[in-house]
Amino acid sequence: MEELSVNHLLGIKNLTNQDFDLIFNTTKQFKEVINRPIKKVPSLRDLTIANLFFENSTRTKLSFELAEKRLSADVINFSASQSSIKKGETLVDTVNNILAMKVDMIVIRHPHPGSAKFLSQNVNSQIINAGDGTHEHPTQALLDCFSLKERLGDLKGKHIAIIGDIIHSRVAISNIFALKKLGAEVMICGPKSLLPKYAKSMGVHVETDLIKTLKWCDAANMLRVQNERMNLNYFPSTREYSKLYGLTVEKLELIRKPITILHPGPINRGVEITSEVADSENAIILDQVENGVAIRMAVIYLLASKIKSINYKK
Amino acid sequence: MVFFYIHYFGIFVIINKQMLNRVLLNNLKINVLLNRLTCQLLEFHGDFSNSVLIGLQPRGIYLLERIVDLLKNEYGIKDVKVGKLDTTFYRDDFRRSEKIHFAKATELNFEVEGRKIVLIDDVLYTGRSIRAALTAIDYYGRPSIIELLVLIDRRFSRHLPIQPDYLGVQIDAIEGDKVRVEWRKSDRENDCVYIEKES
Repeated sequence: MEELSVNHLLGIKNLTNQDFDLIFNTTKQFKEVINRPIKKVPSLRDLTIANLFFENSTRTKLSFELAEKRLSADVINFSASQSSIKKGETLVDTVNNILAMKVDMIVIRHPHPGSAKFLSQNVNSQIINAGDGTHEHPTQALLDCFSLKERLGDLKGKHIAIIGDIIHSRVAISNIFALKKLGAEVMICGPKSLLPKYAKSMGVHVETDLIKTLKWCDAANMLRVQNERMNLNYFPSTREYSKLYGLTVEKLELIRKPITILHPGPINRGVEITSEVADSENAIILDQVENGVAIRMAVIYLLASKIKSINYKK
Repeated sequence: MVFFYIHYFGIFVIINKQMLNRVLLNNLKINVLLNRLTCQLLEFHGDFSNSVLIGLQPRGIYLLERIVDLLKNEYGIKDVKVGKLDTTFYRDDFRRSEKIHFAKATELNFEVEGRKIVLIDDVLYTGRSIRAALTAIDYYGRPSIIELLVLIDRRFSRHLPIQPDYLGVQIDAIEGDKVRVEWRKSDRENDCVYIEKES
């Protein structure tokens, strides 16, 4: 096997199938590591990683931080709310100042699509995209696919549905790219106002009927309605949304087959998914969170192996 | 397959790469060594009730399998705890060598705390992978003893103060040459150890 084909993880779109194999194989080994009594390896003890979060996050931020610490890297955290961005500093200046303190790798979440790519072109460091606006969220897609593979085996020919607020979802876009590369059939489902017009060009099935979608799929990835990105009303009321697109035990009984349920979190219980479904046997929501740390360890480890040590640098 | 053409008294002789390798041990000698190493293990570990054999990924696993086979079939030790250890994440040449290492499975389904551990690898060269293995074991707990068993010890090439406790043979090989142990899965009669010349 070769090394990763990319120097930054900006999106799933740029990854090859070999990259997937490499990341998943490495993830398996790191999953074993994080289930040991001592969950740490010393590989990255001479590297420093900065987590720059210009947007709120709980899971992803914690997951990246844990992954970095379990690889023994030094970690610094940065949130936009307490920073000089408010004083008018540009993104490139902020990052260059952090890099001047001898930081080796940047993990960035930013509300603007393309910000990770922009940074990769303008600063001298490796960049991992932890979500750029409504564009991509590559590590989430990788961990979703890894969790699905654990449950369903090879994803070739499997039917995977992504249900909910697709138009505002970077998780949906990254998942579509990833699932298509792994050979799965993808269907997106939601109210028409929340489905993007470009969907068909991505080679996915589009459906507005939840029951039809559930009957078709082997696994369903339930997405949250992202109210914070909505500047106008996309549906009449939350109650109506949850009645038509919320996943309930009754709807699952109707289709008479078990399907695997994913959710990238945070869950709005009672809106897109009820508590009974979220806590059921078929929901792998907490597996996703566990795998998230292992996936991020693998990605960081594989990218770090491309930073050559002191003697090789520059 | 690489072919070499040698001009010899006007006749072209074709030799493939395999023929240029110097065979050090044939199957018969390997078997003698395996039996001796197994007996030495038995002498010090008795019924293996508090001992574990850990093969180092990737090539130590084959040697581990042969020794466990002998222990079970020839010496009637039915219950031997075995494990596999991959040291990739503990290596000291991460980001320093051009060669990329890929992690393989680690399977240690037992507590190492207080146990006698025998690390098993086929060739001991610089000692750096054994150092990595010692660090890795340290992350699992505190064994009472850690020993090292190797089939081949390349003398005078150590970078670290590490020596085997159980040793097949010591050999001298020029730096740059590779000492390869070839374990055959189906036809064990064809096992051999040879020196691969740098081409």
